[in-house]
Amino acid sequence: MDGEILKVIICSGTACFVMGGSELLLLEDELPAAWRARVAVEAAPCLGSCKDRSCGRAPFAKVGDEGLAGATMPALLALIGRKLGETNGA
Amino acid sequence: MHHNNNASLVKRELLIRMIRLELEGRLEAGIDRVPYEMTCEPGYQPVRGSVYHDRSILKSRMVARLGFSVEGYVDDGTSLAPLVCAAAERPAPEGPILTVLDEACNACVKSQFLVTDACQGCLARPCLMNCPKKAVRMVDDRALIDKELCVNCGICQNACPFRAIIKIPVPCEEACPVGAISKDEEGKERIDYDKCVFCGACMRECPFGAMMDRSQVLDLLRRRRGGAKLAALYAPAIAGQFRAPLGKLVAALKKAGFDAVYEVARGAEITAEKEAHELVERLERGEPFMTTSCCPAYVEAVKKHVPALAPRVSDTRTPMRYTAELAAAERPDCLRVFIGPCLAKRKEGLDDPLVDYVISAEELGALFVAMGIELGDEAEEAVEAPAGPGGRSFAWSGGVAAAVGARLPAGVPFKPVKVDGLNKEGMKTLRAWADGAHEGNLLEVMACQGGCVAGPSVIANPKVALMQLKKLAEAGGA
Repeated sequence: MDGEILKVIICSGTACFVMGGSELLLLEDELPAAWRARVAVEAAPCLGSCKDRSCGRAPFAKVGDEGLAGATMPALLALIGRKLGETNGA
Repeated sequence: MHHNNNASLVKRELLIRMIRLELEGRLEAGIDRVPYEMTCEPGYQPVRGSVYHDRSILKSRMVARLGFSVEGYVDDGTSLAPLVCAAAERPAPEGPILTVLDEACNACVKSQFLVTDACQGCLARPCLMNCPKKAVRMVDDRALIDKELCVNCGICQNACPFRAIIKIPVPCEEACPVGAISKDEEGKERIDYDKCVFCGACMRECPFGAMMDRSQVLDLLRRRRGGAKLAALYAPAIAGQFRAPLGKLVAALKKAGFDAVYEVARGAEITAEKEAHELVERLERGEPFMTTSCCPAYVEAVKKHVPALAPRVSDTRTPMRYTAELAAAERPDCLRVFIGPCLAKRKEGLDDPLVDYVISAEELGALFVAMGIELGDEAEEAVEAPAGPGGRSFAWSGGVAAAVGARLPAGVPFKPVKVDGLNKEGMKTLRAWADGAHEGNLLEVMACQGGCVAGPSVIANPKVALMQLKKLAEAGGA
């Protein structure tokens, strides 16, 4: 639906930072202009995913209700794109 | 190379696993399983064709994490446990601080120009017409470069209208600002330590992670296990490596086993103060300019490659040294551990009797993860004797000159110039200044582009770290 804001949470816990997660905090610079008004980016303290092996590897992020493990900037952008598409289609 | 890359992550994972085993008291028993544990997940994709080869290379990488050189190490199938014991018995860390893993070294083809499929075999043939060595000929309607004749001048590449000619570089050799890396007879890279300035550029740029530093973190953990007390001396750049206020970083360091914590930015303030005095004195003596001296890779570069510039290098000691003096006076019971983003500091530490160990930002991060320390969860401690903003600004390019400038008496003409990154261009600037072509009266040199915040062993993205550091510097007192 238009007008709905997609929430993106970047884990900035210690394990995520050590595995390169700080990079993801630059997400806002990388977002395509058309997406900016529809996405809210937030840096969070440790989400706790690193303590649960079934969650996969650090660094972690969350896009809407979906978690992303081994997050990289391209993977994060791809997931946001998919979510925005879904949101539109719903 | 992009600082977020798999070679760095593999190194950090090795560190985390090694430290975890050590803290659990079962490093000797568990170390040989680490390469298996890192490669046994379902869906593991071998990097070098086979998982067995990957494991063998991970095992060799662990040798450097234990603090040893890997030249001469042969994986003969025996356990790494004896090396753990040897590391534990080592009285002090040793040099050289770098080591090359031949097995990982891709033996990249010697730097060369190559004609790709994009070649149209055109009529003009500017590549062939303009090659000064007549190394280009046409074979099957396509240009071909004779490797024996080619001198890598690049004229053909520039001349090709189809951009069909590419240069295949050797990344470590390209990155080295002083020509210290070259191939041996077998095509493997060798570091010439008479030339090396320990900037760490090769380590950062090798896509195969073959250029490795030798860790001192196990030495440190063993000393602590033996009852030694430790003082952490953390570099200004470290404050930008974790997303947490300084008080939480201090709390985390104490939890990680450091009995005292010193902000090296305090030593940086002393350096800035002394350099300001020194600059005034030198200008009064009629000297044309002075250069900073806090970057050890730069100082080494002057010593080995631009000796004519040596008289202009500030005699003031580094922030690490002054902080070590503070720590030695206040806490003589503690071993002094410098923690920074820099490789050259490890060399400086080996040469400085006041510094016992030097560990990297990566190693500190791995220590926190291995101990399950989450900085965000720590109770914020009051920072004793906080440094002022001038000291904290040593972490970025331009920050040292600014701190010196702020301490100059009114009326002293101040014309700072910076060399932001000691690449080949930066080396040219040094030579030009040594030859008299100087534009200012203070030359600030940082070997890493962007400053220490972009050092070879940082974990945080330099942009992200810089934002945090600048806020911190503004918030600093005095």
